[in-house]
Amino acid sequence: MRILVVEDDLEAQRYLVNGLKEAGHVVDDAGDGEIGLTLALSRPYDCAIIDRMLPKMDGLSLVSEMREQGNGTPVLFLSALSEVDDRVKGLKAGGDDYLPKPYAFVELLARLDALMRRRQPSAVKTRLEVGDLELDLLTRTAKRNSTDIDLQPREFRLLEYLMRHAGQVVTRTMLLESVWEYHFDPQTNVIDVHISRLRAKIDRGFDLPLLHTVRGAGYMIRARA
Amino acid sequence: MRALKLLRTQAFRIVLVYLVLFAISVATVVAFTYWNTKRALDAQTDQIIEAESTGLSEQYQRQGLQGLTDVIVSRSSRGGPGLYLLTDHMGQVIAGNLDGWPKVKAHDGDLVEFNYVRRNGEQNEQRRARGRSFALAGGFDLLVARDVHERYETEHLFSRTLPWSIGLMVLLGLVGGALVSRNILARLDTINRTSRDIVAGNLSRRVPVTKAGDEFDELAKNLNRMLDRIERLMKGMREVTDSVAHDLRSPLNRLRNRLEGALNRADRESEQSHSIELAVEETDAIIATFNALLLIAEAEAGVAREAMTLTDLGAVVEGVVELYSPVAEEKSLVLSLDAKTGILLQGNQNLLSQALANLIDNAIKYTPVGGTVRVSLEETADNVELSVSDTGAGIPAEARARVIDRFVRLEPSRNTPGTGLGLSLVAAVARLHDASFELSDNGPGLKAVIRFPRGRARMPSVK
Repeated sequence: MRILVVEDDLEAQRYLVNGLKEAGHVVDDAGDGEIGLTLALSRPYDCAIIDRMLPKMDGLSLVSEMREQGNGTPVLFLSALSEVDDRVKGLKAGGDDYLPKPYAFVELLARLDALMRRRQPSAVKTRLEVGDLELDLLTRTAKRNSTDIDLQPREFRLLEYLMRHAGQVVTRTMLLESVWEYHFDPQTNVIDVHISRLRAKIDRGFDLPLLHTVRGAGYMIRARA
Repeated sequence: MRALKLLRTQAFRIVLVYLVLFAISVATVVAFTYWNTKRALDAQTDQIIEAESTGLSEQYQRQGLQGLTDVIVSRSSRGGPGLYLLTDHMGQVIAGNLDGWPKVKAHDGDLVEFNYVRRNGEQNEQRRARGRSFALAGGFDLLVARDVHERYETEHLFSRTLPWSIGLMVLLGLVGGALVSRNILARLDTINRTSRDIVAGNLSRRVPVTKAGDEFDELAKNLNRMLDRIERLMKGMREVTDSVAHDLRSPLNRLRNRLEGALNRADRESEQSHSIELAVEETDAIIATFNALLLIAEAEAGVAREAMTLTDLGAVVEGVVELYSPVAEEKSLVLSLDAKTGILLQGNQNLLSQALANLIDNAIKYTPVGGTVRVSLEETADNVELSVSDTGAGIPAEARARVIDRFVRLEPSRNTPGTGLGLSLVAAVARLHDASFELSDNGPGLKAVIRFPRGRARMPSVK
């Protein structure tokens, strides 16, 4: 995938670019808002990672300008600003996701994957499948190997999110933000407890586990081990 | 409602007190003047009666009954204010212009007051008189009196109209007072409305200053100067938190990046890799503490007021309880919820959720297996109360205020994970919403209550 990184902190930029390259992406970088805008408008990118505070043109103006020019590249904001209403401002300006600094690189990668996946056009799905696990989005029912699984509404949403991102790492923060719509640190690992309950419902009694823990990162649902 | 408000104003109360004092003063002055005048007039009458009585007594002594009778007949026929009556020991009238002994209406020392009938052409007229009677040698009785009907009439009129006059004065005073108060109330209302707006987060509002240049304008100007100052301070606060956040987060970000990079290069399962992992965890703990401190600072400075929206408190409570219920179940705790739905209030949903999450998290952490954590949202007469009570060890009364302070944790070992800022954040979020935060004994256990003033909450209309 082709990714644009606009970040003025040179060390952070180098780290980001190296990490993304190691993960198999093609990366362009820019050190200020103006160069960033020129690049964003002149080349097709699958995603742009833009720092909130940049010299010459700040991140918010950059993204507003991109959107005004009709450029729909998914944007992930990085911000070292205080968080209370900065997230809202970022998303209002046209950003697609927001990650406060300091961040864990796995978190950044997982979010990028989710953003780029979302962009791929797909027919509106009414049914999700991973291995022998099926989720019917219309009747809100789940089946594994033709056995009905009884899910609470929140468990259904959790499973739906995981299955929409099947094969991708999904972090705890992503789950908290997408499934519960919370943007805070719940201190205790509440997400782990919810996942283990869900796992008990979909994996217990089956030979092949589908819901995997990715050490130091989060969770992933996939059919092959 | 408006009239009631008017009655409660300080201006109206001052007018009322002044009015009462004024009415009492007026009544006193008028009564004193009246009493003095009456006394002077009576004294004049009494003097004449005294002189006449002396004169008539002397006449009797010198000229005997016939002489006295002649004088009385002559004086009676003059038709003046003088009234006379001479009777013998049987009570038979000998001379005078009265028909007989009158009935006494009032005594005043030696003197008496009585009514008599005067023929005025064809009409009979009842009139008031004041006089003195005394016995003469030989069994005769003499009454010397004067007509005081004009004075009596005036007195009567006076005592009849005085209450009405005072009543009218009080009424006019009340109307005047209400008008003055309404004027003052209108000026103060403007100031109050602006203040409420500002407290609600609209810091750019200012109190309007009129051209009158009176004390209210002086007050408005001073308030505005104060508001300018507060706005500058808030802006400064925001800039400071932003730059502190930026200046600390960027190096923390680089630190974490380097550690992650080192971790990727190190052999998995090696001693070195384990050390780096611990360093990453420590960094994350620093970041968590830093974020919590920053959030508290922002909540306390009211920076987050601008991000407030109409929030369904019941939904917030339900959401957080649902998030934590599996955690409670893992620990075999009962997490019960008793929330009234449809309570809306102007608030920051994310901070409210975080505050409640901190309280529930604490309750679960400190309640032993098998206990109960009860979350309730209820309305009282003045407040909306959000409470989290548990059946854990509780906190001794003397330590309750202290745990809300930053970084205080009661167990000395500090083994339980957490930044020690959880309750401070709850307190800051409560303050941000004009609510109070209080810890009390749940007997056994701890009860934490956030009390929102009812004015902030908006109740849905009953369907």
